Amino acid sequence: MVKVGVLGLQGAVREHINAIERCGAEGIIIKKVEQLAGIDGLILPGGESTTMRRLINHYHFLEPLKRFGGQGKPIFGTCAGLILLAKEIAGQDDAHLELMDIKVERNAFGRQRESFEANLAIKHVAPDFEAVFIRAPYILEIGSTVEVLATFNNAVVAAKQGALLCTSFHPELTNDDRLIAYFVEMVGDAKKALAT
Amino acid sequence: MTVLGTDRVKRGMAEMQKGGVIMDVVNAEQAKIAEQAGAVAVMALERVPSDIRAAGGVARMADPTIVEEVMQAVTIPVMAKARIGHIVEARVLEAMGVDYIDESEVLTPADEIFHLNKKDYTVPFVCGCRDLGEAARRIGEGTSMLRTKGEPGTGNIVEAVRHMREVNAQVRKLIHMSVDEIMTFAKELGAPYEVLLAIKENGRLPVVNFAAGGVATPADAALMMELGADGVFVGSGIFKSDHPEKFAKAIVEATTHFDNYELIANVSKGLGTAMKGLEISTIAPENRMQDRGW
Repeated sequence: MVKVGVLGLQGAVREHINAIERCGAEGIIIKKVEQLAGIDGLILPGGESTTMRRLINHYHFLEPLKRFGGQGKPIFGTCAGLILLAKEIAGQDDAHLELMDIKVERNAFGRQRESFEANLAIKHVAPDFEAVFIRAPYILEIGSTVEVLATFNNAVVAAKQGALLCTSFHPELTNDDRLIAYFVEMVGDAKKALAT
Repeated sequence: MTVLGTDRVKRGMAEMQKGGVIMDVVNAEQAKIAEQAGAVAVMALERVPSDIRAAGGVARMADPTIVEEVMQAVTIPVMAKARIGHIVEARVLEAMGVDYIDESEVLTPADEIFHLNKKDYTVPFVCGCRDLGEAARRIGEGTSMLRTKGEPGTGNIVEAVRHMREVNAQVRKLIHMSVDEIMTFAKELGAPYEVLLAIKENGRLPVVNFAAGGVATPADAALMMELGADGVFVGSGIFKSDHPEKFAKAIVEATTHFDNYELIANVSKGLGTAMKGLEISTIAPENRMQDRGW
């Protein structure tokens, strides 16, 4: 069975684990660096990106997470997770994992009262996905090898680059598992490819 | 088409705070310390609960200048407190763009009979509870997040423990109950039947439940997580301690790794004196904040 970890330092961890298991994979909460060796793919959940980064530094997760992505093992970042993946963050000198060739704007749609739900078409995944945006970021610029999967009012809100997947919204807050299932499939394919 | 302020958007915001610490702050400088330490949100106040308790008199919504100053100082979400039943304080905070409103017993209630109809607002609310009846009433009114009431500003964890255990014990009892017993349970608790039925069907509360009211040390925060809290509010504990920065970091770490006791021992070293605590029995009944609201 494919093993998918969820970085469990802070945020909506349980929802992702439940969704992973509904998609037929094993979900593992990752709280220690050593655990990364035992998983085939990783989800960086929604939460507070500032808080997660402090905890990532504190527990020396930064380099191991970069190496994990560097090995070609799939990573899916939702909301705060998307911010963690980005190479560049608007208005900040430093980014976090710098794995994905995207530039992001934090809290791009506004504060909590501007948070919303919208119906989106997501390439490869679903023509009608109920997306929940909470103090969400969006992608301002993408590199040439990044594929746009969804846009909302012309802003990029879902993208893929090789084994890296990210969304501005929270698939784990709905009962629609199609996006997580898509990621689990990516993890399965990568596992086979890396084994040969 | 987009929809604002849905249950999923409001409750989801609180889900993102899970495993985190929300800290009371009274100015921009404290807010920055809290953010640096890894707080998931800050609660902007004019005075922390222990000072409110000491000052006496009527405690109201904070001066909007303070709330604004805090909102400009940090990028993490900012919460603020409105008095129980004070429709206008809540609307003012919503208009200012506060991310979450605490309809709080720490402030002097504006209405002793009715809580706010929180379904009317785009901004989400957090409310205190001592048992499942109170939790279900607040959910019925539209709260998107719960917290224990505890006894704010005392630095004494005993009431928060009581409230967390009570809510969780009653949720367990409800889940194992037969459906035909729920109406009578609803009557006993004074709880909306539909809310209880949904909790039974889903096997859990529909919103997160944080610990609040008396958390004074990293071990207190970890204890509340051990008892099933989704996260922790720390009020007076941090900025009334000797080393707020160190203290704030230690509380965050103890909350993340609440079952790693060696780590909690390490982060608890050399923190200096925690805030001075208050024995609950020395507080006159009319001064107990947890009895405000119903």
